[in-house]
Amino acid sequence: MAAKIRVVIAKPGLDGHDRGAKIIARALRDAGMEVIYTGLHQTPEQIVETAIQEDADAVGISILSGAHMTLVPRILEGLKENGAEDVLVVLGGTIPREDADDLKKQGVAEVFTPGAPTSEIVEFLREKVPIS
Amino acid sequence: MAATEDRQTELDGVAEWRRQLYEAAPERQGELFSTISGLEVDPLYTSESVQVDEERDLAYPGVHPFTRGVYPSMYRGKLWTMRQFAGFGTAAETNERFRYLLDHGQTGLSTAFDMPSLMGYDSDHARSLGEVGREGVAIDSLEDMETLFSGIPLGQVSTSMTINCTAPMALAFYACVAEIQGVPRSELRGTIQTDILKEYIAQKEWIFPPEPSMRLVVDMVEFCAQELPRGHPISISGYHIREAGSNAVQELAFTLMNGFTYVEAGIERGLDVDDFAPRLSFFFNAHLDFFEEIAKYRAARRIWARELRERYGAKNPRSWLMRFHTQTAGVSLTAQQPQVNIVRTALEALSAVLGGTQSLHTNSYDEALALPTEDAVRLALRTQQVIAHETGVVNTIDPLGGSYFVEDLTNRLEAEAYEYFDRIRALGGVIPAIKENFFQREIADASFRYQSEVESKQRIIVGVNRYQQHDEQELELLKVDPGLEGEQIARVQALRARRDSAEAERTLARLKDAAAGEENLMPLIVDAAKAYVTMGEMCEALREVWGVWRETPVF
Repeated sequence: MAAKIRVVIAKPGLDGHDRGAKIIARALRDAGMEVIYTGLHQTPEQIVETAIQEDADAVGISILSGAHMTLVPRILEGLKENGAEDVLVVLGGTIPREDADDLKKQGVAEVFTPGAPTSEIVEFLREKVPIS
Repeated sequence: MAATEDRQTELDGVAEWRRQLYEAAPERQGELFSTISGLEVDPLYTSESVQVDEERDLAYPGVHPFTRGVYPSMYRGKLWTMRQFAGFGTAAETNERFRYLLDHGQTGLSTAFDMPSLMGYDSDHARSLGEVGREGVAIDSLEDMETLFSGIPLGQVSTSMTINCTAPMALAFYACVAEIQGVPRSELRGTIQTDILKEYIAQKEWIFPPEPSMRLVVDMVEFCAQELPRGHPISISGYHIREAGSNAVQELAFTLMNGFTYVEAGIERGLDVDDFAPRLSFFFNAHLDFFEEIAKYRAARRIWARELRERYGAKNPRSWLMRFHTQTAGVSLTAQQPQVNIVRTALEALSAVLGGTQSLHTNSYDEALALPTEDAVRLALRTQQVIAHETGVVNTIDPLGGSYFVEDLTNRLEAEAYEYFDRIRALGGVIPAIKENFFQREIADASFRYQSEVESKQRIIVGVNRYQQHDEQELELLKVDPGLEGEQIARVQALRARRDSAEAERTLARLKDAAAGEENLMPLIVDAAKAYVTMGEMCEALREVWGVWRETPVF
């Protein structure tokens, strides 16, 4: 049996907009991936810990509070500090292009904004995550 | 031509029309003809399609059950209040935006708070990092509220504050600013959201478990009934339920059920329903399904009036009135071809007006990407002004009343809502249903269904799954100065160092003691506010007594 892609869907920060995170979580699960949803109000440290504990291939971060420039780099750093920089990090939410470009330079693999189809996200993960 | 006319005269009813004429030509394939809630829509509605008892179901504007409008004169007497929600950065910046909006013809203020203020953390708390002033204005203490309303006479504006679990503190700060300005509490007009039930259901900004949260709500209701007779202590909100992915039926049913739960809690406290029900107000979403939205507002008014009179025994006709604010659907905005959002917002706003809203916020076209720029906000306000002054839709009340389709849809939404009421009551009511994740699961299912319909192109979203454009121009977006966070942190820390610390400690300890008992906490929160105890400090004290709420997420 082929290994399943393991994805942590994470909601950092204080905002409670979880519609997108839940849709993505379900779409990835329906696409045959193993999905762990952290629930709301997670600190960057909690997300890093979950990603490592769950041995995740990818972390999908959903932020609609405008705090992405503070929270996402802390997750990237946390993964690196724990030797988990190979975990693919994708981001979704209300993210201006300029910020998206900046975060991609820091190590985010892709940024999806409102309206992005889930099929695009599924394909992206399948393409980028090597499955043994 | 003659042949068609002949056939028409021979037709015996709409069913025969459908068989003989309509079905002679094929329908477009692929796209759904149902509403976003999934209600099937017929190709044609006639007098045969709908059963309406005019006196019982429609009556007149200003007459029970108010299906056609809560006031006799509606927009011929007074247009809706154009109320743009605003707030970002520091209190001083938002104060400037408020004055700008008042100068451009806005008629009421609406305050957006930042996430730390909404969740009860001061700006210098570790969990506030990166969030200060991002999604709204940062308010830590009475001092910030004084700045926010500086130069704005509170006796002359009505103010809406979108805040829930920390609403008691925000209300206390506001009442204290009025006192400083010399405005009596009895003259304060406005609405504070306070709708904690929809937080557990949808928006997810909570601190405490549901029971102590409900106590705070009723404390506010009681306080307002006694002290702020012109204030609306709760705005029972479907908006966020819809934004969380529900459909119109769920928005209608869950919102009204929450409303009933507050009424029951007030009665349980010993209040007379007629002492507080006239001050309850509502807040709905205006989404894209034009007629379904209009039917939703009409059904909502009718259900509320009937239930308040019949189930809760309200005798004052003002208790039966459902007055509501509407905001166009943020969730319908797309990051792709954002200018198209101007059109979406205009149509959504039109449905709210045709549905008889009392106030309206129109979203700005850049909000799928960031908080709106001043130009984008002005255009959104102008959209309302065009509807009000150029289209003529305000000239007659409930212009779609009597439309076979709209009346049928109103009836069906009402019936669907009652089915949900029964299911929720069978679970023991709203709070038990929250604890069982009933709402959360229903919303997640509806949200996923809609997304699937979009992805399979059964529903078309312009620029998203059809008419895409790949060479889009970049928008100029609002940037919140990241330096503001540091300034706000310095401000709250300086306040703590400067205030009378003995008085702050005394009032805070008194609040904490009372939280373990049963007395109304509002007067104590006001005392603490006056002593410049911060919102975060008050919430922390209450957390220590009541604990915090944790959700088991479902998707």
